[in-house]
Amino acid sequence: MSNDSAPGVAAQAGRLDIEGASKSFGEVTALADVTLGLSAGEFVTILGPSGSGKTTLLKVIAGFEAADAGRIMVDGSDVTDLDPAQRNIGMVFQNYALFPHMTVARNVGYPLAMRRMPKAEIAKRVAEALEMVELVGMAERLPKQLSGGQQQRVALARATVFQPRLLLLDEPFGALDRKLREQMQLEVRRLQRRLGLTTLFITHDQEEALVMSDRIAVMDKGRLQQVGLPHEVYEAPANPFIADFIGESNILTGVVEARSDDVVRVRLERGPMIQVAGQRDLSARAGQRVRVMVRPERFVDLAAGSAPQAVNRIDGSVTESAYIGVSDKYRIATPEGLDILVRLPSGSSSRRYQTGESIATGFHAADARLIEVE
Amino acid sequence: MTVSSTASEQPVGAALRTADRPSYSVGPFALTLPALLLLLLLFVLPLGRLFALSFEGGSLAWYEKALTGGLYTTILFRTFEIAAIVTVCCLVIGYPVAFLLATTTPMWRAVGFAFVMLPLWTSVLVRTYAWMVLLGRNGIINRILIDSGFMEQPLPMLNSRMAVILGMVHVMLPFMILPIYSAVTRIDPDLPKAARGLGASGLRIVTTIYLPLTLRGIVAGVTLVFVVSLGFYITPALLGGGKVLMFAMVIEQQVREFLAWNFAGALSVILLAVTLFVFWLLNQGVERRLGE
Repeated sequence: MSNDSAPGVAAQAGRLDIEGASKSFGEVTALADVTLGLSAGEFVTILGPSGSGKTTLLKVIAGFEAADAGRIMVDGSDVTDLDPAQRNIGMVFQNYALFPHMTVARNVGYPLAMRRMPKAEIAKRVAEALEMVELVGMAERLPKQLSGGQQQRVALARATVFQPRLLLLDEPFGALDRKLREQMQLEVRRLQRRLGLTTLFITHDQEEALVMSDRIAVMDKGRLQQVGLPHEVYEAPANPFIADFIGESNILTGVVEARSDDVVRVRLERGPMIQVAGQRDLSARAGQRVRVMVRPERFVDLAAGSAPQAVNRIDGSVTESAYIGVSDKYRIATPEGLDILVRLPSGSSSRRYQTGESIATGFHAADARLIEVE
Repeated sequence: MTVSSTASEQPVGAALRTADRPSYSVGPFALTLPALLLLLLLFVLPLGRLFALSFEGGSLAWYEKALTGGLYTTILFRTFEIAAIVTVCCLVIGYPVAFLLATTTPMWRAVGFAFVMLPLWTSVLVRTYAWMVLLGRNGIINRILIDSGFMEQPLPMLNSRMAVILGMVHVMLPFMILPIYSAVTRIDPDLPKAARGLGASGLRIVTTIYLPLTLRGIVAGVTLVFVVSLGFYITPALLGGGKVLMFAMVIEQQVREFLAWNFAGALSVILLAVTLFVFWLLNQGVERRLGE
């Protein structure tokens, strides 16, 4: 789906294979047997909290850090022992790492000058690159004379101007304000598609990961926890950590009472019996303890006239309420002691609940998901 | 010129300039008063007195004596030569040391700093005598060379230009290392990494990233070492054994042996003027280089 590079562009996009990369710093395991493959032109995000090892993985791929074990393959050839200068990989650093004493043009032309390209050719390619990132007319400025967003574009132009086989982005939007960040996310993705560049993107921002990626690889404690399409990772998290890390979630504990082909009945530890749609990937037998995830926005207000009837009903009283804009966010406590986060759509057709009011909410069996079976 | 980025973005530099603007008041100025008084009393006044002495009677005779006849201008030229050699030696030895100190692990940095700073805490006189012990006719080096059969006769190392330069480099080295060290530590460690990732070899990282970004530190070190070397007295006097005359020694001679205060004044003013000129020249060069 994402492997078709844009026509007309001389893409050099390469395939990246990380094979069993491991790395520890003393007692701390930064990478534990990480294996991941990116097909040419694919945009893959490594998503993880700080300290999850994602930056170490990037350094190993770029060659700034040597892995204790494992191999890095680009287009089938082993680059594990190559110097970073020989790898032909473009990288955008977290703080851009622009050379402060060089103009924009010299920054962008740097990788070409290092490849001993003739001056005229460098000038031509730099001009093209600056046009692509919409910085025409900025060539003679110094980095400090640019805004954060402009510096970001210079970094992007510098990392792509030499037609690298791979582009690495290390949390490049961290320093930008929200609006600019969203704009840059789209721009980077557009540029990446146009160049057909295989890209590995690193972030701790789950929303950014969902918006930008072809695939997301969730990482924690040096291990890849799940690799999948954005909606797979969101809808079907492989474990409670991912459910909790990506988006908001309610995780309910219970015991399986009965199961049929398409539905599992779970008696919640502190709550009613609920129905969960059957899953092929997890088989739960009666008597097993399970954890069930329900996203806050999948709840419906059962009191609203237009609301469809849900199979699973939860009654409780509102302990916190907040108006978010697109939705109302409630924290609900049930008499049995469940604490549940619910988001209901805001708008003229739905009523708002105050703290202390009782509320009846529910969710469909298909919106609940088994995420762990003991 | 087409500016095609979001108009609401403010250049980072502009925001910083307004934030950093200090507010002036009398307080800070009052705090500098003791230092100012001290400088005035111990530096500006005596200097003014020397200056006045050199022009005593409204005549330029002392300057005429200093600048004609060739003797003193030759010594001035030699002084510059030695100061320049010392500066270059300090730079060549000091830059790699400063670079290593700035980029090594904290433990090695502490060890390295101890070696750099220790001599600074020892008196120049003691260090100069130590060199005499090392370089003398019956000094440690000569004894080792003769005992091990490398030499029949002791090498005449002391009382030579080489000894003076060796001693001065040793004394001045920390003043070259410290400003360069500070300049290297100010470089974002991602910059050399970025350069490497973009295809730069180790040598080109040094020439395109480290050298230009540490230029201010280099100039600070060069200025400090050169200017101090111009007026050096103890080390050349002891290690040169009277054979290597530097300008400060000539001034001292005039005062101590001939009580020729007027002439010493004129020589001092000449040295000061030339030193200030060099100082200005170095600064000019840097501003032009960094201002582009």
